Amino acid sequence: MLDLAKYPSIGAALKDALDQFADEVCLIESDRDREKDRLTYRDFKERAHPLAKALQDAGFKANHRAAIIMTNQSKWLISAYAIFYCGGVLVPLDYKLTPEEQWQLLKHSGAGVLITEYPIWRQLAALPLRAAATNLQTILVTEAPPNADLSGAKRWEEFRAAGEPSFVPRSRSDVATIVYSSGTGGRPKGCMMTHENYLEQCLALTSLYPFAPGVRYLSILPTNHAIDFMVGFFGPFICGAAVVHLRTLRPEYVREAFPKYKITYVSLVPLVLKNLQKGLQARFDTLPSGKRQVFNFLVGVNKALTKSQPRLALSRRLLKQVHAAFGGELRAIIVGGAFTEPQTLQFFYDLGIPVANGYGLTEAGTAITVNDLKPFRADTVGKPLPGMEVRIVNPDADGIGEVSVRSKTVMSGYLNEPELTAETIVDGWLLTGDLGRFDSAGHLQLFGRKKNMIVTEEGKNIYPEDIEAAFESLPVKEFCVFAANYIWPQRSMVGEQLLLVLHLEAGQSLTGELRRDIVARNHRLLNYKRVHGIVLLNEDFPRTASLKIKRNVLAERLAQQDRATAILEL
Amino acid sequence: MRTIEQTTQEVLSLASTHFQVPAGSLAPEDDFFKKLGINSLQALEMLSRLENHFGIELPDYEVQGVSDFRTLASRIQSRL
Repeated sequence: MLDLAKYPSIGAALKDALDQFADEVCLIESDRDREKDRLTYRDFKERAHPLAKALQDAGFKANHRAAIIMTNQSKWLISAYAIFYCGGVLVPLDYKLTPEEQWQLLKHSGAGVLITEYPIWRQLAALPLRAAATNLQTILVTEAPPNADLSGAKRWEEFRAAGEPSFVPRSRSDVATIVYSSGTGGRPKGCMMTHENYLEQCLALTSLYPFAPGVRYLSILPTNHAIDFMVGFFGPFICGAAVVHLRTLRPEYVREAFPKYKITYVSLVPLVLKNLQKGLQARFDTLPSGKRQVFNFLVGVNKALTKSQPRLALSRRLLKQVHAAFGGELRAIIVGGAFTEPQTLQFFYDLGIPVANGYGLTEAGTAITVNDLKPFRADTVGKPLPGMEVRIVNPDADGIGEVSVRSKTVMSGYLNEPELTAETIVDGWLLTGDLGRFDSAGHLQLFGRKKNMIVTEEGKNIYPEDIEAAFESLPVKEFCVFAANYIWPQRSMVGEQLLLVLHLEAGQSLTGELRRDIVARNHRLLNYKRVHGIVLLNEDFPRTASLKIKRNVLAERLAQQDRATAILEL
Repeated sequence: MRTIEQTTQEVLSLASTHFQVPAGSLAPEDDFFKKLGINSLQALEMLSRLENHFGIELPDYEVQGVSDFRTLASRIQSRL
């Protein structure tokens, strides 16, 4: 592993890594059962440098912004490296957003370059929104069919220039990326992450979960997400490890990838982890009675022997078939993006597969706490990572208060949002909006949210304000969207839902026609952004002098209703 | 060669069998996430079944953002 302390930027560290590990495999790309590509660090450099040179020839300079909207694949990482090499600021955008949302963020970020895949560009180009992204000058599209209409874009594969690009140095305090943590409606939240944020986070994470040549990381979480960017790109690269990309994320191909590529680490969202649990449990349930008894006995032995810490070699021998299904070399499953239920974590730990659960947010530079497995604690999100100061603000009688963080990994602020930044980072402490407390062993436990938002099991942060546009001009007196647990706090991180609060006109009732209108509008939202119920309130919403809804006051009024009867099914 | 109507009916029929909902309870314009109460992973499982049934490969990008049976059927039809 490189000594990150001596590097001033992501680009400088990656540049050295490509030379130091030149002969090691860095990327494997597979589509279904076909391996499409396998690159060494030397190959990677040979593909990235002509791109960097072409970008420089096109006028791309230090601090210029370049967005990437791509599924997980080698060209994502090659493009990112080329951007850093030129001293640019990377804007990784979510390929799962709608084209309208992607245009909004392209405009907001001020990106001058967009690198994307042809199917994504086809959808973006079909909308008349390009003119609003005034800075956007260069669009590179990968894998376009030979006769495709590129609508003014250039082919990524042909966008190369001869000669060596010149490396543009950056300092630790310079912005490296702008990562959108959430919010695409009224107020996009572009977290400005510095080079120092990444260098420090990488140092802390690799101290707990080391990468090295020979380690293979299966990259499934979108690379634009802070977790995969760190453990599916920067972390493995500065250690000479390999990253495996799958172009088809069907569960059967994901399952096959583990034994095929002898995967060492993988990151998953809780939804996928739970699905894995369900699949394994179904297989265990079909075992004949005798075999099942033996299996249960072996699980019991494994539990007893791994009580104080994981013992991977022993677990692999005891529960050989289970581990063989995961390739036999899996060291840990990293789970993130949302809260994971303790019973799911315990299920895997009992099988001898440690799940590195933790807690973090983009604004804090990915992870704040991680379970150090000494011993494993399914009921907590672990202890603060090295270099993280975590404190509980305004604790109640039970010690529960808002989690706040101070660290070199905390973002420098939200792009173009000084007020929001000042509300979020106070005296150097990042206020997370999550409620928690420390137990006597120093483990953090979470108990819900202070802020009006939800995080889905797929790891999506959803702010009610961002989806209200879908219900604009709904024929009611007024409406508002809320996170149910914001109105009725649950001291729980699971089962979060959004609700549509309606104030009907005098004499109006919730007719079938109105319901159908709401359902139709709801369906136009991506599935994870939909509201799950309706709450009626027969009084005017409290508003500020500028007519904005006073959401906290409204929530207090709604809380006077009984949750069980107040929520009407859609 | 199937017509788009036939493809749509086969998609509906396969979805109702796979997720054990009454045949005939699904309509082309239905949102399958909502109507079947499924998550994104279960939708991917359904796509694998559909690929096997129709003998095609449906790249993930083709179904990105698709949530109703009619659009799904048209994406399948274009690859038959």
